[in-house]
Amino acid sequence: MPTKEEKIEVEGEVVEALPSTMFRVQIDGGHEVLATISGKMRKHYIRILPGDKVKVELSPYDLNRGRITYRHR
Amino acid sequence: MIIRKSAAEIEGMARAGELVAETLQMVADNLEPGVSMLELDRIADEYIAAHGGSPTSKGYKGFPAALCLSPNAMVVHGIPTSYRAEEGDLISVDLGVTLNGLIADSAVTLPVGEIDPEAQRLLDVCQEALAAGIEQARAGNHLSDISHAVQTVVEEAGFSVIRSLVGHGVGRSYHEDPQIPNYGPPGRGPVLQTGMTLAIEPMITAGGPDVYVHDDDWSISSVDASLAAHFEHTVAITAEGPRVLTRAGAALLR
Repeated sequence: MPTKEEKIEVEGEVVEALPSTMFRVQIDGGHEVLATISGKMRKHYIRILPGDKVKVELSPYDLNRGRITYRHR
Repeated sequence: MIIRKSAAEIEGMARAGELVAETLQMVADNLEPGVSMLELDRIADEYIAAHGGSPTSKGYKGFPAALCLSPNAMVVHGIPTSYRAEEGDLISVDLGVTLNGLIADSAVTLPVGEIDPEAQRLLDVCQEALAAGIEQARAGNHLSDISHAVQTVVEEAGFSVIRSLVGHGVGRSYHEDPQIPNYGPPGRGPVLQTGMTLAIEPMITAGGPDVYVHDDDWSISSVDASLAAHFEHTVAITAEGPRVLTRAGAALLR
């Protein structure tokens, strides 16, 4: 059976909403990543807006891209 | 740390690999419209035990069955249910076998009866991608040469590579280092060496690359409900090149 890729979890704030449900997120600690929404959030139609504090998973294979997995209240 | 196996361990894994291949063939022979996933799992479980092996996935992190059976838009980790195969379905079957302490892992996506030409194309491309990945499994290459080869074949055909699921080292444990993504530029990651034993497994969809986990905390499906395919082999890197261990006769690939 395959395994899920090791991910690095970080927190950040959404800076900008881009087309195709991509977002620019400022990670705590400085740099910005280009992030997509996780499948689970899409399935439940959870909206993300600039200013939201979110949890982001980064791929170890490309640290400039991430996946938003949680939106904090 | 990537474990390099001894010649004896590789032979042991080849024997486990043959049992995996035989079991998958038997599942394929029994797959027809109307057969339930639970039934397929039961016969695989019995076959493996009768040959002195044990199914690696059973009890692994709580997984309840010998096989992962994933129909249609489900990609991997499907827990066998009373679902009955229907004409036109694609059923992905993933199996790990532990034999004398060594583990081999392989998977196939099987058509049920007659399938759409596009579904057949998805299967063909996934197998081609696996072959292209295996071809890169040579000492001196980088790990991502495998990843890049898979991605190239899949995306040139207009299909998507799932990013969040990866292949892995295997042998003494089910999931060892390294993680083997199915995408990425060539020339990155660790340098491959003889003795490494890798489970290379392209997982692709006919639509987009996003997937989600079901409420059972195991099954994973494509977000856009597009068909998914999965093929896997356990490959040993030898001085003569990549050697596929999950094949009847565990023959050398030249």
